[in-house]
Amino acid sequence: MSGAVHDVATTTGGTLAVPSAAPRETRGERLRNFWSDYRQSPVAVVSLIVIVVLLFISFGAALVTPQDPYDLASLDWLDAFLRPGTEGSGGYVHWLGTDNAGRDMVSAIFYGLRTSFVIGLSAGALALTIGVSIGLTAAYFRGPLEAVLMRIVDLQLSMPAILLALVVVAVLGQGVGQIVAALVIAQYAYFARTTHGAATVERGKDYIEAARSTPLPTWRVLFRHLLPNVMTPLIVVATVQVASAIALEATLSFLGVGLPLTEPSLGTLISNGFKYIHTDRYWLSIYPGLFLMATVVAINLVGDQVRTVLDPRQSR
Amino acid sequence: MTAALEVRGLTTRFATRTGHVTAVNDVSFSVSPGRILGLVGESGSGKSVTGFSILGLIDEPGEIAAGSVLIEGEDMRGLSAEAQRGMRGRKVAMVFQDPMMTLNPVLRVGDQMAMAVRVHARVSKKAAWARARAALDTVGIPAPDERLLSYPHQLSGGMRQRVAIATALLHGPAVIVADEPTTALDVSIQGQILAEVRRLADETGTAIVWITHDLAVVSSLADDICVMYAGRIVESGTAEEVIADPRHPYTRGLIQSVPSLHEPGRKLPQIPGSTPQLSHLPSGCAFRPRCPRATEICATDPPDAGQGHRLNLCHHPLGAA
Amino acid sequence: MSGFLLQRLVQAAIVVFAMSVIVFVGVYAIGNPIDVMIDPGASAEIREGLIRRYGFDQPLWRQYLMFVSNVFRGDLGTSMIYNIPVTSLVFSRLPATIDLVLVSVFIATVIGIPAGLYAGYRPDSLGARAIMALSVLGFSVPTFWIGMLLIMGFAVQLGWLPSGGRGDVGTLFGIRTSLATADGWSHVIMPALNLSLFKMGLMIRLTRAGMVEAMSTDYVRFARAQGLPDRQIVFGHVLRNISIPIVTVFGLELGSTLAFAVVTESVFNWPGVGKLIIDSIQQLDRPVMVSYLVLVVFLFVLINLVVDLVYARLDPRVRLRSGRA
Repeated sequence: MSGAVHDVATTTGGTLAVPSAAPRETRGERLRNFWSDYRQSPVAVVSLIVIVVLLFISFGAALVTPQDPYDLASLDWLDAFLRPGTEGSGGYVHWLGTDNAGRDMVSAIFYGLRTSFVIGLSAGALALTIGVSIGLTAAYFRGPLEAVLMRIVDLQLSMPAILLALVVVAVLGQGVGQIVAALVIAQYAYFARTTHGAATVERGKDYIEAARSTPLPTWRVLFRHLLPNVMTPLIVVATVQVASAIALEATLSFLGVGLPLTEPSLGTLISNGFKYIHTDRYWLSIYPGLFLMATVVAINLVGDQVRTVLDPRQSR
Repeated sequence: MTAALEVRGLTTRFATRTGHVTAVNDVSFSVSPGRILGLVGESGSGKSVTGFSILGLIDEPGEIAAGSVLIEGEDMRGLSAEAQRGMRGRKVAMVFQDPMMTLNPVLRVGDQMAMAVRVHARVSKKAAWARARAALDTVGIPAPDERLLSYPHQLSGGMRQRVAIATALLHGPAVIVADEPTTALDVSIQGQILAEVRRLADETGTAIVWITHDLAVVSSLADDICVMYAGRIVESGTAEEVIADPRHPYTRGLIQSVPSLHEPGRKLPQIPGSTPQLSHLPSGCAFRPRCPRATEICATDPPDAGQGHRLNLCHHPLGAA
Repeated sequence: MSGFLLQRLVQAAIVVFAMSVIVFVGVYAIGNPIDVMIDPGASAEIREGLIRRYGFDQPLWRQYLMFVSNVFRGDLGTSMIYNIPVTSLVFSRLPATIDLVLVSVFIATVIGIPAGLYAGYRPDSLGARAIMALSVLGFSVPTFWIGMLLIMGFAVQLGWLPSGGRGDVGTLFGIRTSLATADGWSHVIMPALNLSLFKMGLMIRLTRAGMVEAMSTDYVRFARAQGLPDRQIVFGHVLRNISIPIVTVFGLELGSTLAFAVVTESVFNWPGVGKLIIDSIQQLDRPVMVSYLVLVVFLFVLINLVVDLVYARLDPRVRLRSGRA
């Protein structure tokens, strides 16, 4: 079907020509085509740049910010509630003001952004691994295993993520690991469903039949043949889910059932600022919120464009 | 007698990233009442687009660039959009290829047909259903009342296509354009539909344009034939003339590759090469790369080597010196 | 049809059962409920008495069975914090949440569907592009953040609307609801709008996608070939086709809205069941947690069931096939 073929050693010492799972175009060509299509939307390109910048400032927070907001020794409560643009006792300007404990908002936001990213990305990666494995297994082995697995997945998909997350937090309590577990449980079903759907289409195709008839071990057929052809819709789901994980964690933290105060994320910062919403001190919650919004919207826009580009119905 | 349908110099093109693609290039033909014209060609020849152009159903990024489409003497292109809409379904109707897709799956057959009646006739719903029932009768559908109450998925493929034909007949149009209506059906059902259509044309005097790639179908059904290639009509004439005595090399190639028109046991010849891409046509005759008779002169536009209704776009027509 | 219904009911029952076990075991078994629920400073006698009363000395499965039999008797336990039965606690807060959800769903549908229809009918127009851009914001930006912005804008800066609370409650058709008073409306409008944005964004996108797909189908072309005007095509043909997936998503998202009400209630200090669950998780009020979660799961499954049935009814392909089998 794909045309390309490679040789596989058999147990009897000869070789067998097995259809490759590799696509006809080279990787490089595909990447270049993808990028030129992606560039069609200036909004999506800007979003991508925004994300890259945000990643830099969050993971390089220690290098970029003037203060480590977790280092209690560096805080001076006399600096509390400084308006954006005023200079603090440390001798530098607090561009986004300070909070109720004297923390520089810029530093707090960048560190918080890092926490949000770490949680969102790790939850997303874990959910992807678990979901994809379940989806592939269900599609490949079929029968009652498939029925049971996909039934569970479907049921979970019909529940809103926030509810599942609340259940997990209620049962497990609060904390970083618990939050990640909650996010993973809320999200793996999307990956499982997408993978299962795409794999079901692929499993009937000739190259899978051919691969199954060889002495290749099952897991190799699954991961080296089936998986690469199922990748396309997964990439789109993955981007959206990461944004969703970040937003969900922020929501949970905002509600006070998310991360503990020792590891503040953007949600916690906003929650902190929410207390002062009726006063004039808007900067405690507006700026963390803006960063959160920028992150989530940018990721979603990138995901949108990726989906448009990869949509097989719109082939050239 | 005025022709029911007359197409003159129709040219339809589509705007693409790389410029314009001319899907229908200066096409002309006419169909008299009660006659069936077979419009034959491979996919990509422009035959379906011709059909849509006749109905005025060409949307962005396509447009009808030139020519006229005369239905009972009235030029569709000269009419306003609203007036065109008034002609559609009433004076000229169309039947599509896959009836499962052309009938709305969530509406009853009767509801859909009644809607089609009431768009051009101010009648009550009851009267519209009565007309629909009569139309189903005309196309030979048994138990029409039950059929009216059914949903499309409850009918067989052949039955659905008959419903589509009945819908086309609702307002007694002068012209029906049928775009590959039997391609998606079983061969046995195909035969029934063909016989049905022949009977209808004879009885109602409707002119029919039958678009197909299947020369065998056309040879038994059509009165006249137009062969299309790469957007142009390369040969036309009556069915007997074209099948028995083809003048254009492409037509001969098509006829020779039909199994049923051949003696069994002989090797089946095929036209070498493949259909050209409309965006990359060679200069002069579009058939040149695949023609066994091509010479240098074929790089220029071929003239019409035929006479009268017997069109033949070739430098080296068959049957000549 | 009845076989279908029965199958769905059985599945629904299984789900509720499974979830109740999970929630029960999770909440009562993980961590030590005894120490949480009984004051460690109490005397040994009182402890023994309480342990026996709450049934903590029984094996877990017995506790679960007691819980289930209590549920059927209408007793969901007593809240540790408020010291009143959970049932009365939940039902006293439920009307507020229902008010909120109803208004919010109404807003989302009434604005979302027409906007989506327009965006799908003229997908390249300026209006359509604007609508799509806004819809992205609607479902990607976290609800609580928009809620905060709304409060800051309309309540703090402009002073037009109150920033929280429920306001006056009146009686409409014998039910106590905020919607019966003007003051109630001024309190409900912002949270309802906030809550509706997510669903609105989804409705817009879904309707638009349905329209775009439908307008390029063969049956629309066939309808055009019959001479039908576009308006009739959209309302007579297309709407019937796309209403099926829309209704399905609408129903499913109803449950989602109920869940998201948790967030909106916290932001706007709206005294509904959502706020109740957050408080109870923070305060470790286990009876309330378990009962709320089981209740919500039950509601969910119920909604899904109804949606399944409505879908089967609307789509003749499903309805007639299952009936004939």
